[in-house]
Amino acid sequence: MARELAHSSRFMTTIASPFTRHGSLLRRGVATLALAAASAAMAGTPLAIPDTMAQRMQPCSACHGKEGRPTQQGFFPRIAGKPAGYLYNQLDNFRSGRRSNSTMTYFVEQMSDDYLHEIAGYFAALDLPYAPPQTVGAPADEIALGERLVRQGDAAHGIPACVQCHGTAMTGILPAIPGLLGLPRGYLVEQFGAWRTGQRKALAPDCMARIATTLTPADITAVATWLSSQPVALPAAAADTLVRPLPMACGSVPQ
Amino acid sequence: MRARRVTWAGAAGALVVLLALCGGLVAWLNVSGESPLTGDANSFVATPEQVARGAYLARAGNCAACHTDRGGPAFAGGKGLATPFGTVFASNLTPDAKTGIGAWSAAQFWRALHNGRSADGRLLYPAFPYPNFTEITRADSDALYAWLRTQVPVAQANRAHSLRFPYNLQASLAVWRALFFSPGVYEPVVERSVQWNRGAYLVRSLGHCAACHSPRNAFGATRDSLELSGGLIPLQNWYAPSLASSSEAGVADWSTQEVGELLKTGLTPRGAALGPMAEVVFRSTQYLADADIAAMAEYLKSLPQTPPHALAAVTPDAAVQARGEVLYKDRCAACHGVNGEGGAGTNGVVYAPLAGNRKVLLETSANLIHIIVNGGFPPTTAGNGRPYGMPPFGPSMKDEEIAVLASYVRNAWGNAAPAVSTLDVLNAR
Repeated sequence: MARELAHSSRFMTTIASPFTRHGSLLRRGVATLALAAASAAMAGTPLAIPDTMAQRMQPCSACHGKEGRPTQQGFFPRIAGKPAGYLYNQLDNFRSGRRSNSTMTYFVEQMSDDYLHEIAGYFAALDLPYAPPQTVGAPADEIALGERLVRQGDAAHGIPACVQCHGTAMTGILPAIPGLLGLPRGYLVEQFGAWRTGQRKALAPDCMARIATTLTPADITAVATWLSSQPVALPAAAADTLVRPLPMACGSVPQ
Repeated sequence: MRARRVTWAGAAGALVVLLALCGGLVAWLNVSGESPLTGDANSFVATPEQVARGAYLARAGNCAACHTDRGGPAFAGGKGLATPFGTVFASNLTPDAKTGIGAWSAAQFWRALHNGRSADGRLLYPAFPYPNFTEITRADSDALYAWLRTQVPVAQANRAHSLRFPYNLQASLAVWRALFFSPGVYEPVVERSVQWNRGAYLVRSLGHCAACHSPRNAFGATRDSLELSGGLIPLQNWYAPSLASSSEAGVADWSTQEVGELLKTGLTPRGAALGPMAEVVFRSTQYLADADIAAMAEYLKSLPQTPPHALAAVTPDAAVQARGEVLYKDRCAACHGVNGEGGAGTNGVVYAPLAGNRKVLLETSANLIHIIVNGGFPPTTAGNGRPYGMPPFGPSMKDEEIAVLASYVRNAWGNAAPAVSTLDVLNAR
């Protein structure tokens, strides 16, 4: 609520152009009258719409589900509770062409940094229960390989354990490393594919692209299978700080 | 026999002469009116005022929209503009001497804007809107040149256009130019005010509004570009509505205040700028000085208007309307209201009223379908920093349902417009 107020007051005080919608109370009054007159001629008074981020972010729920939890279609990632820095980086990646999804790009390409930060902060602050794991009954050897890669990595091929960067609880680390749990298996597999083909990039050095191109397709499906089979208990907040330095340099996480 | 041979030889000779004359005429038309190229890249001395003015004019001309690629270095080019003839790639405008315009003189830069010819003499494709930019003054051209030379030089070679035969030939382009392009200057209309003339200059030259808002012929040339009578944007399937019709996007009966609101904030009580116009507001018009916005509004308000379309005499299909109402109440009414009355936040309308909405009632349903399928956010601007948006319904609705919904919206609450077919949706999405 405080944030909402801070924003409205900022826009009300800093704009002196006669062409803003809310430049002064007088103009607001005039605009409201004109609006009332125009609407009366058409279809009555407009509905009262809540002045909240939840309302503003309605378009996101078409894919990411109500309140940023994924829909039943089984592909789109959960965004609720992800670290704000991570979410902002992704929004900026879509805007700058480092990630490609036509809907995401269409939504963010005419948005300011300020708004992208606010959007990231809004979804990061949502603390919602997780759905039961999507993957059940996967073959035991696949599960075992996945768990080994996530917890121990593959030293012979220079693959660090996922938990080294994403946290022992795999719920991410502030400000910009995402949690890995509660994501659909298809989404996880596709991200690795996108890193391998250059469809998904991050700021250089792109550590995940390096990891994705080193892993074998069997490794990738095993990791996705194991991660998507894990239940998530609340609280599942991202850890505050890295315990150890990252095992490799990542442009998205300046150290 | 002999006489016939002579006749054939004569005819062939005449044909050769005729072709040579045509070729000569085309060539002459392509370079006529060019000023001599004087000075070089080093002889131009910019003033700080020129540089500042150039920065502003680059906004007004929205140069970055094409010359800055998504995520790429500013003004280094590389972005492709898809046209019905192939893709044209924008060039590097940074002052890099080899790959940009670092070695160009101010006169060569002016020739590109005014005559559509590059520094090396090549004819430029009109995807670079020099049919509009030709009216930019030499003083403004010099200011743009001065400002571009202060940008960070980026060594990035221009990407070759990927155009189909015969559009890839300079000779074809020369014929096109002979037919459809002649350099011009903006001649102030003395009976009009200084402000009106300023607005006309901005709309017609730098703003290049006609590039979208005018119809194009089969050869991609804008027709009646002064009337801004609306055009389908090639390959994007967005219709840029007529600015000369109160049934489309004409503003003759709008207040200057309201036109200004649209161009500065991207949002008015009648609705928001979406699609390609959102980009124009986001990158260009929101930054223009209030005086220039008011001038553009005065000019746009004065455009000769075509008579408004009569509401279509359509009898909507009752079964379609009944199904459409169910879909509407389920998906749309929470924001746009059960009676299409729109929705307002604390600062005014945020969800457009759909009753009497011109976008909904346009003869072509392309924009309406686009908006239902893709949703979208209006641009963030100083006056609308935290826009509300519309969800995409493409993923969750079948083409046929979208057609029913669109038909309903076009014929509910006193609206009347031809129904939308499933094929229309298929073509537009």
